[in-house]
Amino acid sequence: MSARFHSSSLMILMALLLVVGLLGATGCSSADEGVSAEEAETAEPIAEASPLDVFAEFEGELDIAGGTAHIPVMEAVAADVMESNDVLLITVAGGGSGVGVQQVGEGLVEIGNAGRAVKGEELEAYPGLVSFAFAVDGVAAVVHPDNPVTEVTAEQMQAIFAGEITDWAEVGGNAGEIHVFTRDESSGTREVFWEKALAEGDIVVEANVVASNGAMKTAVSEDAQAIGFMGIGGIDDSVVGVSYDGVVPTQDNAKDGSYMVTRKLYMNTLGEPEGLTKAFIDFIMGAEGVPYIVDGGYIPIF
Amino acid sequence: MKRAHSQSRTDALLRVTLGTTAAISVAAVLAIFAFLVYFSLPVFSAEGARQVLSWDWRPLEGSFGILPMVVGSLALSTLAMVLAFPAAVLVCAFAYGVGPKWLARPVMAVINLMTGIPTIVYAFVAVLTIPPLLRELFDAGTGFALLGAAVTLAVLVMPTIVLVIDSNWRGLATRTGVVCAALGMSPAQHVFGVLVPVSRVGLLSAFVLGFGRALGDTMIALMLTGNAPLLPTSPLGSIRVLTAHIGMVLATAVGGPAHQSVFASGLILLLVTGTISVLVRRAARQEA
Repeated sequence: MSARFHSSSLMILMALLLVVGLLGATGCSSADEGVSAEEAETAEPIAEASPLDVFAEFEGELDIAGGTAHIPVMEAVAADVMESNDVLLITVAGGGSGVGVQQVGEGLVEIGNAGRAVKGEELEAYPGLVSFAFAVDGVAAVVHPDNPVTEVTAEQMQAIFAGEITDWAEVGGNAGEIHVFTRDESSGTREVFWEKALAEGDIVVEANVVASNGAMKTAVSEDAQAIGFMGIGGIDDSVVGVSYDGVVPTQDNAKDGSYMVTRKLYMNTLGEPEGLTKAFIDFIMGAEGVPYIVDGGYIPIF
Repeated sequence: MKRAHSQSRTDALLRVTLGTTAAISVAAVLAIFAFLVYFSLPVFSAEGARQVLSWDWRPLEGSFGILPMVVGSLALSTLAMVLAFPAAVLVCAFAYGVGPKWLARPVMAVINLMTGIPTIVYAFVAVLTIPPLLRELFDAGTGFALLGAAVTLAVLVMPTIVLVIDSNWRGLATRTGVVCAALGMSPAQHVFGVLVPVSRVGLLSAFVLGFGRALGDTMIALMLTGNAPLLPTSPLGSIRVLTAHIGMVLATAVGGPAHQSVFASGLILLLVTGTISVLVRRAARQEA
């Protein structure tokens, strides 16, 4: 009996190690997407400059949760702020846009992030919500790198996602069924893509649903017949962004307005922010926040 | 005299402690049930029921039906059990004399280890291997489908079923084994002719536990079914199950029919597992 107990606890330990390893691996890859080493170096002199002194007078905790696109920016700022004043504790969690709004509305966190504007029914439930848009991110359709189709028209895009075009040959690709991937109901990314790229058209009910930008990238990067969509900031070599009406989906094109499928990234607070929360938001919204936002892969808003 | 007195006091203390623990457990279950009912009450107004108990989930167009997910849940856990339960009985038969004796202990040790592997590990390994394999083998759809999820889920629940059957047979087999050997029966005759029929109730409760686990698992379904809210028409088609639906929708807007559908899903899950467990208890009592 004791031998049995011993072996099963050993197994659990091994499984835990495996999970920790996996987390570590994903952590590395997200670091690759976000702040690369040299970029972090260029950000450093600014981070150590006097603007961080505004945090010197504060103590205590600041909890942040919600939109996953925000995390690279939030974590980089939080790390530098905590380094400048080591009595501060700033936590950054994910969960998605819906979770961010819910948690700040319920008073569980001080800042709730969302990759979309607060909805009418959310404002009804939490009338005190105040929103701060600090960055712009593009959302692009993505396909497998082996897929010869790298650009479609707006009509083709809408027809593909509506399930009217079902074979890649119809849009100039290799013959084969189109596998449509979409995001879950709480996705801010989906809402933007649906509104702006699909003109609020149907998404075919047969579309496979994945629950995060990361899962989308995994699914599309492994299936040569797949099409999905994700935030431009998260695109790397494993998938290819599809040009929409002749415009290549890059942050530069999103910035100059030629690529239209974009969204704002918001920080939300319950009531006007005060104290540490206000200082944190002011820092990101001001000139000091720009390098952090750019390093995160987004376009700052002034 | 004094000793007897303190004995009864210890007994009383034990009774109170155990009674309190039991009461807390029961109260927790009842509270969960009550809250679920309370929060899904709006769903069961005429308008809510029409919306949620329908066959279409198209939230963008105002359809919030969860019936495809109910059918999806039942289809996935049934298919997983069709694969896992016979396998579990055969593994037990193997360990109880049908297979070589020296292999029995290692096999059961491996099964034991398998029960400790978290579901996310199975799901993670499966998501990298099974969809590409299904795409290659059948050239139908994305590979995120009922079949792949059922196979993975079967691997998850099989060890649990084996353990329940094993604990049921362990005491039984020492008695029946000797008798059957004395009667000149082969190990296979012992297992399938005596152990299996005698332990009907035990097998049934093993089945129920496995089914409940399959029905309640979230991660494997979320990562492998493709989550399209469709009725299951083919093992290679994508489906969405209730648990995955809850996981995906819970983070959405507060209030509104989509949010209510989550509570209805939870209530249905609880009702299904509750009903099955009550039915099995009744069957077991009749047997005894």
